Amino acid sequence: MLSIKNLHAGLEDKEILTGINLEIKPGEVHAIMGPNGSGKSTLSSVISGNETYKVNKGEITLNGENILDLSPDERAHKGVFLSFQYPIEIPGVTTTNFIKTAINQKRKAQGLGDLPAKDMLKMIREKAAMLEMDRTFLSRSLNEGFSGGEKKRNEIFQMAMLEPKLAILDETDSGLDIDALKIVANGVNKLKTKDNATIIITHYQRLLDYIVPDFVHVLYNGKIIKSGGKELAHELEEKGYDWLK
Amino acid sequence: MKLKDKLLASFMAFENKGDIDLDSNVHKIRTEAIETFEKLGFPTKKDEEWKYTSLKTILKNDYSVFPKIGKTVELKYVKEYFLHEIDSYKIVFVDGAYNSFLSDTTHEEADVCLLSAALKKPKYKMIIDHYFDNITSKKDGFSSLNTAFSVEGAFINIPKNTILEKPIQILYFSTGSEKEILLQPRNLVIVGENSHVQIYERHQSLDNNAILTNCVLEIFAHKRAIIDYYKVQNDKENASIIDNTYVQQRQNSIVSINTFTFGGKLTRNNIEVFHEGEHITSNLNGITIIEGKQHVDNHTVINHKYENCESNELYKGIYDDSATGVFNGKVIVDQKAQKTNAFQQNDNILVGDKASINAKPQLEIFADDVKCSHGCTIGQLDEKALFYLQSRGIPKKEAKALMLFAFGNDVVEKIKIPALKSRVTKLISEKLNVELGFEI
Ligand SMILES: Nc1ncnc2c1ncn2[C@@H]1O[C@H](COP(=O)(O)OP(=O)(O)OP(=O)(O)O)[C@@H](O)[C@H]1O
Ligand SMILES: [Mg+2]
Repeated sequence: MLSIKNLHAGLEDKEILTGINLEIKPGEVHAIMGPNGSGKSTLSSVISGNETYKVNKGEITLNGENILDLSPDERAHKGVFLSFQYPIEIPGVTTTNFIKTAINQKRKAQGLGDLPAKDMLKMIREKAAMLEMDRTFLSRSLNEGFSGGEKKRNEIFQMAMLEPKLAILDETDSGLDIDALKIVANGVNKLKTKDNATIIITHYQRLLDYIVPDFVHVLYNGKIIKSGGKELAHELEEKGYDWLK
Repeated sequence: MKLKDKLLASFMAFENKGDIDLDSNVHKIRTEAIETFEKLGFPTKKDEEWKYTSLKTILKNDYSVFPKIGKTVELKYVKEYFLHEIDSYKIVFVDGAYNSFLSDTTHEEADVCLLSAALKKPKYKMIIDHYFDNITSKKDGFSSLNTAFSVEGAFINIPKNTILEKPIQILYFSTGSEKEILLQPRNLVIVGENSHVQIYERHQSLDNNAILTNCVLEIFAHKRAIIDYYKVQNDKENASIIDNTYVQQRQNSIVSINTFTFGGKLTRNNIEVFHEGEHITSNLNGITIIEGKQHVDNHTVINHKYENCESNELYKGIYDDSATGVFNGKVIVDQKAQKTNAFQQNDNILVGDKASINAKPQLEIFADDVKCSHGCTIGQLDEKALFYLQSRGIPKKEAKALMLFAFGNDVVEKIKIPALKSRVTKLISEKLNVELGFEI
């Protein structure tokens, strides 16, 4: 589904990703771990098309199609979703209106008309219920004044609404309390099918207890220096990263 | 002939036209006003209050001062400018002359009619003599010029204890019957104790001929009166307006003036508020969204003279291309106006590379126990937020529009007439050139 080959990317004057290779097949869950500043969020941004970062070399294909020339919204229409490590506050736009716009824009790209208001409402209700989200959040300005955990839950709510093919969860667990972590993880698991894939970026084993990865990768200084099965995450939790250097 | 000389020469002809009662107070006021105008002339950029707004290009036109009257317009061509979906009173002018066909006036629960007709009736003449030109600036050339030539406009007189259920619409159309035209409407609004009124005002040209509107509005709010006033300015590319609004408030009254500026060659809004009592609230709000070479200048003055009063100003601006803006908010707190609460905020987004804004808060505070705050921001659209929206599948253009929409939303939220609120929402999405597909 997602294939990254020898990806070099970064800022104008600073290369952050220095040759990434990653293959993800439908139905798989991949965890990416690695020390602070190793380039995990940069990798998610580059996959989603953030223009802050320049791709210097390499390729990213989604289902065989090169996506590097696509804008972030076009990539979203193809099924890429990024749950932000730091979700942005957008004052003045309610979560409901935001998600309505997102869904209808996606439908437009697919040549469909707007989702009827009734169906939209029903879907919003169901997904909010699945994530045990208080509905007052939906009528509030997007993320404005939300607590850290509330923002993360809202990210997964958006994911549930958009039903992506490739979801990248960048430290979704940070900021969530133990109960919220379970609810959010359950939500993510419910959204899993044999056709979609998930990348989980995390520092801790905790989340991986709920969403069990098929592969674990260690990103270090902009490169994947080790890959393994789910045991690798346990090993990292115990020993840290030093032994890998 | 220069415009000023032409106007001075025209004044005699105007006063001698016959329909003016030469003994009236109004006649005296007009004569004094033309003298003031003769002294002051039009402002120039040397004038501190006009430093960033040049009138050169609009004053060089050879405006006709007395428009040809008699052209009518069919409702179907102008319907979109009305809040036609709601029941309302309407006072409509075409090329400066009253149009009874499009209007819907009343003398029942209140007087909603035209100034010229009211002046002819002794009952109203007394009222008008009492209020007319009481609070307009005698140091402003445009206001004096308007006073000198004031013949026509809306006269709204709400008796005490009257809650007007129907909003009032005041519309001025110009048909372009002359190549260059100067219109000088004069509106007088008097709202009695405990009364409440909502008013919507719009000046609209129907073709691309040059027009300069020099308008004066005087508002008198008596004790506990509530006035919601809305101005929608979305005129054609050769239409300019100098819009002068003067407000006098008595104790416990609440007056809100909301100005929505989406188009026009040059728009200058002067709003000056005078407090004459305690516990007064004055709200001035505005959104400006312009592009091309359009210019909008919002000048506000709030005179706090009594204790325990409050003023709130919220002005937002979005400037694309090489559009330019000015915000000048003066708040004067008199020595005896203790416990004043004055809030002012002016936020701007420059979308165009060549767009610019000159923003200047001016707080002159002579009392010590007051809460006054002012803030001013000038920014670009936040790239991180744009990426966030795009990553959810919202294309850049729509994402930008959504953010700009959200930026102005707290001002739109203040509109208390639902039909107007959706109209303004629609105008904004037209302005931003997107189908937002929802109402915020
Ligand atoms: N926009 C930017 N401007 C400047 N430096 C940046 C920018 N984006 C990333 N970097 C730098 O690139 C490196 C990688 O950052 P990135 O956010 O990808 O790390 P990370 O692995 O996600 O770290 P963390 O675990 O702390 O979230 C860091 O040194 C960071 O400072
Ligand atoms: Mg990160």
